[in-house]
Amino acid sequence: MDSEREPLFSSKNLKLLTDPLSDNNPITVQVLGICSALAITVKLKPAIVMALSVMAVLAVSNVVISALRKSIPPRIRIIVQLVVIATMVILVDQFLKAFAYDISKQLSVFVGLIITNCILMGRLEAFAMANKPWPSFLDGIGNASGYGLILIIVAFFRELLGSGTLMGFPVLEKTGLYHMGYENNGLMILPPMALITIGIIIWIQRSKNRSLIEE
Amino acid sequence: MKALIKYVNKIKPHFEEGGKFEKFRSTFEAFETFLFVPDKVTTTGSHIRDNIDMKRTMILVVVALVPALLFGMWNIGYQHFLALGQQVPLWPAFWFGFLKMLPIIVVSYVTGLAIEFFFAQVRGHEVNEGFLVTGILIPMIVPVDIPLWMLSLAVAFAVIIGKEVFGGTGMNILNPALTARAFLFFSYPAWMSGDQVWVAGLKHGLHAVDGFSGATPLAEAAAGKIDQLPSAWHMFMGTIPGSIGETSTLAILLGAFILIYTGVASWKTMLSAFAGGLVMGLILNLFAVNAYMQVPAWEHLVMGGFAFGMVFMATDPVTSAQTERGKWIYGFLVGFLAILIRVLNPAYPEGVMLAILLMNVFAPLIDHYVVEAHIKRRLKRAKVSVQ
Repeated sequence: MDSEREPLFSSKNLKLLTDPLSDNNPITVQVLGICSALAITVKLKPAIVMALSVMAVLAVSNVVISALRKSIPPRIRIIVQLVVIATMVILVDQFLKAFAYDISKQLSVFVGLIITNCILMGRLEAFAMANKPWPSFLDGIGNASGYGLILIIVAFFRELLGSGTLMGFPVLEKTGLYHMGYENNGLMILPPMALITIGIIIWIQRSKNRSLIEE
Repeated sequence: MKALIKYVNKIKPHFEEGGKFEKFRSTFEAFETFLFVPDKVTTTGSHIRDNIDMKRTMILVVVALVPALLFGMWNIGYQHFLALGQQVPLWPAFWFGFLKMLPIIVVSYVTGLAIEFFFAQVRGHEVNEGFLVTGILIPMIVPVDIPLWMLSLAVAFAVIIGKEVFGGTGMNILNPALTARAFLFFSYPAWMSGDQVWVAGLKHGLHAVDGFSGATPLAEAAAGKIDQLPSAWHMFMGTIPGSIGETSTLAILLGAFILIYTGVASWKTMLSAFAGGLVMGLILNLFAVNAYMQVPAWEHLVMGGFAFGMVFMATDPVTSAQTERGKWIYGFLVGFLAILIRVLNPAYPEGVMLAILLMNVFAPLIDHYVVEAHIKRRLKRAKVSVQ
C-alpha cells in the first residue's frame, strides 16, 4: 500500500498519549469532569476502578465514533455519540456488578454518570469526529489516563489523611503515629477537600509550567 | 530606642538593592516598620499620608482583644479548679490559664508568621501585617485542650488556603481566623465539640467532682435542658465553659468600645449584627415549639461566641461589606443566620462561625447591589436630557 503510512507510535501519536497527562490534562487544565473527581476520591480503590471504567468507555467510544464519523449525519451527531457512550457505560456497569460488586456499590450512580462526564463528549466531539480510529484510540487512552492520574493522586491523599489507609490497608496504624497523638483528618473525607486538593495540584502545575496560566 | 534606631539604620544598606542580604529585604522591612513608624513620604502628587498605617491599626485590634484574652486566661484556671471542686484566688487561676494559653499563642504566631514571611520572600513583597490579629484571634476561638499540632495545621491551612492563594492580606474572601476554626471543627470534631473539651484537663482524664458538667450553655440548651442554663449574669460575665476568649460578653464589650472609639471597626456592622440576632431570637420565641426556641432572645446574645464573633470577626475590614449601607445588611444577616443555625440545626451547636463565613462569601455581592442601587438613584435624580 502507500509507503507514507506513519508508524503506529509516531511522535505525533505518542503526543496524543502523553499530552493529556500534564500540559493538557482534562481535569487540571481543561477543568472537565470535576464532579466525579469530587465524588469518588474518598478511597483509592473506587478511584482506580473509576479511572479504568472511564478509560474503557472513552477508548472504545472514540474508536467507534471515529470509524462511523463519515456516515454520521452532522445534525444528529450528539445523539449518536450519546448512544455509543451509553451502550459502553451499561456494559461497564454490568461488568462491575458481575465481577466487582462491592466496588460497584461504592461507586453507585457515578458509573452511570460517566455518560454525562464532559470529558467523553468533549473528546468525541473534538477529536474522534475528525480523526482516524487509531489516533482516536490513543487520544481516548491518553485523556482517560490524565483523568485517572488526577483521580488517583487526589484519592491517595484523601484516603491516607482522611482514613489512615491505602487500598484499605491501615498504613498509618502500622507506623504507630496514632500513639503519638495523631488523628485522622475528618475534613479530608468531605467533598470540599477534594476540590482544595485539586486546586493545590493546579497551583503546583501552573507554578511549574507558567504557560498554562490564563490571563 | 536611639541605639536601636542607629543599629537599624546601620544594617539597612545591607538589605537594600545590591546589598549583601538583598533577598531578605521584605523580612528586614517587616521588622523595621514594626519597630518604628516609617519615614517614607510620597514623592509625587498631593496625597495625604496618615501615620496610622496598617500595623498601627492591627495593633489597636490586638489591644481591644486584651480584656477578653486576660479574662479567658483566668477563666481557664477558674473552670479547671471548679471541676476539681476547689476555689482558688485570682492569681493562681490566672497563672494556670496563662501557662495553658502561652503555648497555644506561640504555636499560632510561629506557624502563621513563618508562612507569611516565606510567601513574602518568594513573592518579593512586604510582609503583611494581617497575621498580627489573626494570630491572636485563633487561640481565642479554640478550646483550651486543643492539641498543638492540630492548631498548627489549622493555622497553616488558614494562611495558605484561606489567604495566600488569593494574594495575601487584603485579598482574602474568608476571615482567616474563622477558616482555621472551621478547618479544626470539620477535621477533628472530637476536639472541637462535646462537653469534654472546654475545661482544661477533662479530655485527658481529669476526674471532675460530682455534678460538674463541662458542657457549654449552648450544648445544654441544644439538649433541651434550658432550666440548667447558667444565669444570664454568669453568661454575661463569662464564668462559663467555652472557647478561650469568647465567654465574657463584658470583656468583649470593653473591646468593642475600644474598636468603636478608635474607629477601627464599624459600629454599624456590630449594631446591626446584634439586632439581627435579636430579631431571629424573637421570631423563634414566637413559635417556641421546643425548649431551645423558648430561650429569651436577648439571652442568645450573651451565649456562646455570638458577641465575640460579631465584635471581632464580623467587622473584619477585609471580608465584611465595604459600603456603609452594605454593612447594615451584612451585619444584620450575620446575626440573623447565626441564631438560626444555632437553634435550628442540631449538627452545629454554634452557628456564629458558619454564619460569618457564609456572609463573607456574600459580602461582595451585597456591595455590588448597594453600589448599583446608588448609581440608579443618582441617575434618576440627574435630569439630563440626552440629545
